[in-house]
Amino acid sequence: MPFALLPLAACAGRQSALAPQGLQSDEILRTFFIFLAIASVVWVAVVIVLIIGMLRRKRTTDQPLALHIPFERVTGRVVLGLGLATLVIVLGLSIVSYAGQRTVFARDEHALTLKIIGHQWWWEVRYEDGNPDRSFVTANEIRIPTGQPVKVELESADVIHSFWVPSLTGKMDLITGQKNELQFTAKSAGIYRGQCAEFCGLQHAHMAFAVLALPPDEFGRWRDRENQSAHSPSDQLGKQGEQLFRARGCALCHTIRGTLAGGQLGPDLTHVGSRTTIAAGTLPMTTASLGAWIADPQHIKPGNYMPKMPLQSGELIAILHYLEQLK
Amino acid sequence: MSVTADQRELRDDALNGLQLSTRLDSLWRTPSGFLGALMSVDHKVVGRRYIVTAFVFLLLGGVLAILMRIQLAGPEQTFLSPDKYNQIFTMHGSTMMFLFAVPVMEAFAVYLVPLMVGTRNIAFPRLNAFSYWMFLFGGCFLWISFALNVGPDVGWFAYVPLSSLQYTPTKRPDVWAQMITFTEVAALAVAVEIVVTVFKLRAPGMTLDRIPLFVWAMLVTAFLVMFAMPSIMVASTSLILDRLVNTRFYDSSSGGHPLLWQHLFWFFGHPEVYIIFIPGTGMVSAILATFARRPVVGYPVVILSLIATGFLSFGLWVHHMFVTGLPQLGAGLFTASSMLIAVPSGLQIFCWLATLWDGRPVYRTPLLFVIGFIVIFVMGGLSGVMVASVPIDTQVHDTYFVVAHFHYVLIGGAIFPLIGAVYYWFPKITGRMLGERLGRWNFWLAFVGFNIAFFPMHILGLIGMPRRVYTYTADMDWAHLNLLSSGGALIFALSFALLLVNVIRSLRSGALAGDNPWDASTLEWATSSPPPPQNFDRIPVVKHREPLWLDGESLPVAAGLSVDRREVLLTSLAEAEPQTREASPEPSIWPLLTALATTVFFIGSIFTPWAVLWGTPPMAVALIGWFWPAGSREDEE
Repeated sequence: MPFALLPLAACAGRQSALAPQGLQSDEILRTFFIFLAIASVVWVAVVIVLIIGMLRRKRTTDQPLALHIPFERVTGRVVLGLGLATLVIVLGLSIVSYAGQRTVFARDEHALTLKIIGHQWWWEVRYEDGNPDRSFVTANEIRIPTGQPVKVELESADVIHSFWVPSLTGKMDLITGQKNELQFTAKSAGIYRGQCAEFCGLQHAHMAFAVLALPPDEFGRWRDRENQSAHSPSDQLGKQGEQLFRARGCALCHTIRGTLAGGQLGPDLTHVGSRTTIAAGTLPMTTASLGAWIADPQHIKPGNYMPKMPLQSGELIAILHYLEQLK
Repeated sequence: MSVTADQRELRDDALNGLQLSTRLDSLWRTPSGFLGALMSVDHKVVGRRYIVTAFVFLLLGGVLAILMRIQLAGPEQTFLSPDKYNQIFTMHGSTMMFLFAVPVMEAFAVYLVPLMVGTRNIAFPRLNAFSYWMFLFGGCFLWISFALNVGPDVGWFAYVPLSSLQYTPTKRPDVWAQMITFTEVAALAVAVEIVVTVFKLRAPGMTLDRIPLFVWAMLVTAFLVMFAMPSIMVASTSLILDRLVNTRFYDSSSGGHPLLWQHLFWFFGHPEVYIIFIPGTGMVSAILATFARRPVVGYPVVILSLIATGFLSFGLWVHHMFVTGLPQLGAGLFTASSMLIAVPSGLQIFCWLATLWDGRPVYRTPLLFVIGFIVIFVMGGLSGVMVASVPIDTQVHDTYFVVAHFHYVLIGGAIFPLIGAVYYWFPKITGRMLGERLGRWNFWLAFVGFNIAFFPMHILGLIGMPRRVYTYTADMDWAHLNLLSSGGALIFALSFALLLVNVIRSLRSGALAGDNPWDASTLEWATSSPPPPQNFDRIPVVKHREPLWLDGESLPVAAGLSVDRREVLLTSLAEAEPQTREASPEPSIWPLLTALATTVFFIGSIFTPWAVLWGTPPMAVALIGWFWPAGSREDEE
């Protein structure tokens, strides 16, 4: 039965350990297949011995067997020999595992470093730079350059979360009062889904994010653009939306750089319009889903910390229009 | 008084068979009536209750599992709210681990070990009764809380800080933590009883190398319980203190650390797996010897493997914490130590395969379950070797791959042997056979249903499905495999329904079993089915590892126990030479009253620390009642 896993290596998937797109996930899958191959051989051997053993001797009498002592000794030696073989296999696999571990956790001093802070139930992403003008904050979406090692520093603002992008590398926990880090290199451009892997409360199921691996020059352009403050809306509806954003309390929790909105509780929305998903990977970024989310976040993600605000439909449209312009 | 005890008391050698049997029966019988039932200290009565209660919890935990599988059968279902789902998976895990798996194994030990070592009752029978009541009250407390919507919802692992007051201000984690304490009390009490029963109450001549393998397994398990349980006791009590009186064991902002919880929890939690699995191996050894019609190959190898497994199980808890950012070299060493446990486990498997190979197997239902156990457990063990590897674990940790792995280990390693054990010992416990045809249906549905339910989860984990999520979206490609898994779960559930039908039918009209329906070799089959209150009219003397096969009808017996009072024979630790006669306690209501007082104290302490003050006097009163010296023969002399 373990063989049934092998053809699955072909399975593609945006969030799959079987479709590696990173140096680390590649190495892990290689280690996994070595283990799988040996495990399959062992399991099949056990089942074959079991079946032969079952069919070997027909029952002739219900009486218990009289034991044949020399034969017992031979059997005992076979059992001990197999035990020894198990020990050798186990030690061999330990070495294979340690080699894989060294590769996966190798550190590169020149890695691009960003900081990720877990919240119930969203991800804060900080691109920090020695020059404060080059630092900015975003949420739920991580853009990285391909081919370059990326180091994420992981912290938690509340409970334990776990950062996991199976296509790129294995997971690492975000723990209160402790700084963990994880390093990975994306081999090719693409969108890779990640998800919180440690149970973190009511909306653990809806704490996803996207990793967008971009060619380095495109990443550089994005970073320059992202670094800027939000543009002021050009049209009347947008201006009304910006004003309502503050007036209706959105700005108490959310920051939009370059405006008076400076709340720290929820995700930074400075360039929210350019993201691919909203509500921590729960919905695709479309006008309809953004509207539905603002209108009643508790319906979509029950128990999350964004309250339902009493908005008239005109107000909702204005805020929606404003947010969509934030690119 | 001038007469000596020897002159006054009547010994069993002075009576003929029928007189002795009648006299012992009335001496050891549980008092009649409802009150009498509450007072019982007979290990068979308590053991039977324990087994039935644990199976009721299995049923409840199973219903929860089906509810979860319905919710996950398709993407974005709204059958369960996230809040309900979190309560349900927490209750499922807690029920299965704390209210079913450990208790049911200890329950079988409570029933079987005294019979298998040839004594009249378990050591400390009142403690045994107390242990059952604590287990019952703890279980009811948890389930009543769940029914009242205050069931725990932070996982059976209850990681801080999620379970701290700050992030879960309700009483739910307190309910969970106190239930842990209840079951710890029960489990520790039974562990002590088993150790003393095995070491001191064995039949004369049952030297260490003649102890049945099931008894050895339970002995090792009892030691694991004694060393592992205190760790979770420290953990859960610290959690309650953090929540109730504002200590800071787990609060990183005040010098505590959340990882302390994980170390304490898994230092208990991993041995816990072996506390469940090792009794399963004992059942396998017992069943296999009987149906392969020969002793298990490598008796000393099996025992040394059990002991090695016990020791190693304490050295690998860190593999649950590979992704918490511990130092890499240390984690690598825990990979090696975790994989090393495959060696003793493997040796046991090889011994069983050799037993089957060399034997002349009789394929009855218990043996089918043992064969199913080997097929499933080996796969679970091998995926365990994968999970032990740091790099592989960073991908599969907290995904459905792990869910698949530990269900293969726990259901394959414990439930399959356990159901085999139910078929095997049911005739001894009830005097009636379970139906063989239904038994075969039961086995095949369980085997097929189990694999359909759990095998796809390996793949689900690898293609990215995390554990403990109440839903997922259609575009994640997880829908088909989840539907398959849910279908398998229903088949698996059906197999338990068949078991229930079989049990009910057989209780009413099953074929009468007789003393030894399987022609087995160990001492529990040397007495009638069900056994009389005194277990054995005359204490057997053991001359071989397989007394009933080698001595059969002419099983030698020892004489000299009093028939005026309840007495058990104490023997020496290694050679089991008779040492002294010891009084065995009379039935008493005080264990029940003590358990009630303890329950009031535990539940009270969820709500106020003052329960420590007003909760202890009733416990003290109950304990004084329990230990109030009865007028004994020695006093009169």
